[in-house]
Amino acid sequence: MADVAKPADVAKPADTAKPADSTEKDLVVIGSGPGGYTAAIRAAQLGLKVAVVERDAVGGICTNWGCIPTKALLRTAEIIETLKHADEFGIVVEGVKPDFDKVIARSRSVAEKNSKGIEYLFKKNKIELIRGTAKLTKSGNRAALTVDGKALAAKNILLATGARPKPLPGIEHDGKSIISYKEAMALKTKPARLVIIGAGAIGVEFAYFYNQLGTKVTLLEALPQILPVEDEEVAAALAKRFKATGIEVQTGVKVERVEKGATVIVHLAGGAKVEAEQCLLAAGVRGNVEGIGLEECGVKLDRGFISVDLKSYRTSVENVFAIGDVIGPPMLAHKASAEAIACVEVMAKHKVHAVNYSAIPGCTYCHPEIASVGLTEKKAKEAGLKFKIGRFPFMASGKARAAGETDGFVKVLVGDPHGEILGAHIIGGASTDMIATLTLAASNELTSDEILSTVHAHPTFAEAMKEAVAAALGEAIDI
Amino acid sequence: MASIINMPRLSPTMEEGVLAKWTKKEGDKISPGDVIAEVETDKANMDFPLEDEGVLLKLLVKEGTTVKLGDPVAILGEVGEDPVKALADLKLGSVAAPAEAKPAAEAKPAAEAKPAAAKMAKDPEEETAPANAPASAAKTAAAPVAPPKSVAPPKSETLNPQPSTLNSTGRVKVSPLARKIADERGVDVRSISGSGPGGRVVKRDVLEARAGGRTRAAAPINLEDVLVPASQMRKAIARRLTEAKREVPHIYLTADATVDRLFDLREQLNELGGPKVSVNDLVIKAYAMALRRIPEANSSWTAEGIVRHGRVDISVAVSIPDGLITPVVRGAAEKAVTDIAQEVKSLAERGKQKKLKPEEYSDGTASISNLGMYGVREFVAIINPPEAVILAVGAAQKRAVVRERDGKDEMIIARQMTLTLSCDHRVVDGVLGAQLLAEIVKILEKPMAMVI
Repeated sequence: MADVAKPADVAKPADTAKPADSTEKDLVVIGSGPGGYTAAIRAAQLGLKVAVVERDAVGGICTNWGCIPTKALLRTAEIIETLKHADEFGIVVEGVKPDFDKVIARSRSVAEKNSKGIEYLFKKNKIELIRGTAKLTKSGNRAALTVDGKALAAKNILLATGARPKPLPGIEHDGKSIISYKEAMALKTKPARLVIIGAGAIGVEFAYFYNQLGTKVTLLEALPQILPVEDEEVAAALAKRFKATGIEVQTGVKVERVEKGATVIVHLAGGAKVEAEQCLLAAGVRGNVEGIGLEECGVKLDRGFISVDLKSYRTSVENVFAIGDVIGPPMLAHKASAEAIACVEVMAKHKVHAVNYSAIPGCTYCHPEIASVGLTEKKAKEAGLKFKIGRFPFMASGKARAAGETDGFVKVLVGDPHGEILGAHIIGGASTDMIATLTLAASNELTSDEILSTVHAHPTFAEAMKEAVAAALGEAIDI
Repeated sequence: MASIINMPRLSPTMEEGVLAKWTKKEGDKISPGDVIAEVETDKANMDFPLEDEGVLLKLLVKEGTTVKLGDPVAILGEVGEDPVKALADLKLGSVAAPAEAKPAAEAKPAAEAKPAAAKMAKDPEEETAPANAPASAAKTAAAPVAPPKSVAPPKSETLNPQPSTLNSTGRVKVSPLARKIADERGVDVRSISGSGPGGRVVKRDVLEARAGGRTRAAAPINLEDVLVPASQMRKAIARRLTEAKREVPHIYLTADATVDRLFDLREQLNELGGPKVSVNDLVIKAYAMALRRIPEANSSWTAEGIVRHGRVDISVAVSIPDGLITPVVRGAAEKAVTDIAQEVKSLAERGKQKKLKPEEYSDGTASISNLGMYGVREFVAIINPPEAVILAVGAAQKRAVVRERDGKDEMIIARQMTLTLSCDHRVVDGVLGAQLLAEIVKILEKPMAMVI
């Protein structure tokens, strides 16, 4: 997904740039992020003639400036944290010191390899990769396409242009003092102090990373809890852990302005100030809808995102489709990929694997990591649902104790009386992998009966899920 | 020399049978007693044994074909015999391929049913009779044959030898949650079109089906009529019940029995361990005892006169997939209730598997049908000729009952069961029927009589 905000960054290696093909494509995908590249490959599998237009690095934000490189950074942070506790495991480790340049370089290298991997997949699936900037033009009541001003014949157009960081009123990213995740993951020098505005997944992950590397981190959130979309209990447990590891967490605070000088000073409502070398502004993202000819073609928007029919992903223009971040939240790579597959299958008149929007998992990769699916307790209550809550602390898990990972718990909302999984919230353990099981259950309407009659391997973190479901019914064995 | 094997009579009332499965194939050696096929008759799936020996030269009908009693199904010959020559010798003309045999067999006029026909080739006197039949069959087969009249659906794919599977398209994909909610609300998931992955029925579909919302409109309901071929059993039920309702002058008598004591007795019997006794088992016993006491009702109308049966054999209506069957509890008046319970259980189970032998569902002297477990308060049943009575048993329900005590009316709550006796008026007049019914009620209300 191209980052529209920074056209200056566009890398266009001349050797891979190809001229627009004169033969008509069945589908041209704009953007090669997790939505775009997945759509292109699925379409090619279904026999469509496909091209992808990308003006920046192949793989979009996810591969180059999001999911993947941050996971590389977070792995470093995790190792540092583990080494801090090496003596507990009977290992004497001295002189642990991160090499910041190498940490960043490794992250960039991981991202680059993944990006190359996608280019290889395009070749393998005979998808034409066109380097350039695409723009829609009006053609009757349909849309036509140009790439860098040259026409590209396309039956259908799929917009997968993604999103970019959103500024706050009066507080804009400048790439130096007020930075976005993109700069934050490739800083030249490690800041001594970092203030982060916004405690969503991005803010929280960078808070964890920089804190472990020795930066003094202040995490600010306007809402009453960090990770506002997560369950209150989970967010509270993480906030407690963050505070214990030296992160200054402030929730329910309003940022009034950011003063830039030799340092940045964030002024909060009520007069308080936070000073730091840099400020990471991570207060949400907005869709990349500008400069691609949407208005001209009559592609309708809704609150800054492209309006689509959520079954076909068709926009208000017949041959224009859109998926992923550009059609609105949740802003998740896997949501974009799932929509990509459904959209292309509709287009190819194939059997459709529709997206189950009620069971899209969300993951935050700090340590302890956090994963959830379905409703939070608060949302379930607001919806007036009847449910039982089951909790299982990793403190009671043999595997967790052996691994020294006893922080956290599994919390499940089990529908009453049928036992469906209304929501599942995990902090700790291998939660981001474990959530797949409960997502499978929630997405397919499995109930407590099926989960409890499924044998879970021992000893594993995953056992905790079964035990939590059992606990909801008062049948837990290990607590 | 070769001989024709014809469809034998495998049940007392059978007029045709479906050759469900060949258990021997062409070329197999047959010893006397070998089962060569399974045949679906009007009552059950029966084995088709041969009493001769030889080699199965040719199978003349395909599995699933309906064959009239006495029509040819196969050729039996000797080792090394040429099936084509054998067929020619038998005057069947050209080799009748199994596919052609069906219309031929169907089109042939009702055969002169002779169970012994399978052996006819050995009987010189009968040799010409079967020769006629195949000749006419061959003639019919040569001309363009219209589909058999009993099964003429507009589309051949709607034809299915197993009508019970026509109701659904095989396995119904349904989520565990949707299944639970459907079960709880009594929604038939087969009637819902699923909106989940691969057409899976999910919770939303069940809820909307319940509300009569989108699913109804969106579901691809087949608006075309579908012709379901009647199974042998359905045909038998249709024929016999139509006959009974037309021929037998029915009268109906209804009475209530207070069955609190009966329930107590059942509880006590079941506390003793042993075979579990149902209310129905007790009603069968009471009915049989009453028939013993009122023997005039235990009779049959025949052309020669009224047959008063010495035995009291109760035909018990059992619902089975695609129909019903009436296995007979013999000598029920003299049997212990626990024995009746065991016997009914075994008969019903085997009836459901279509494994009953003809003698197990023939020659009852009186019938009973119980729909109480389905919440039916009362109903009237059609007599099962040549029996003269059938007892229709409704649900045992707690009802408000007015009774007189010490000269005063009072209302109590009592468990009551409504019984309706259908009587063949040619044999059982109103008063006789009333006596029988009163006797049944008496025994049910003072149930110790059944166990002493």
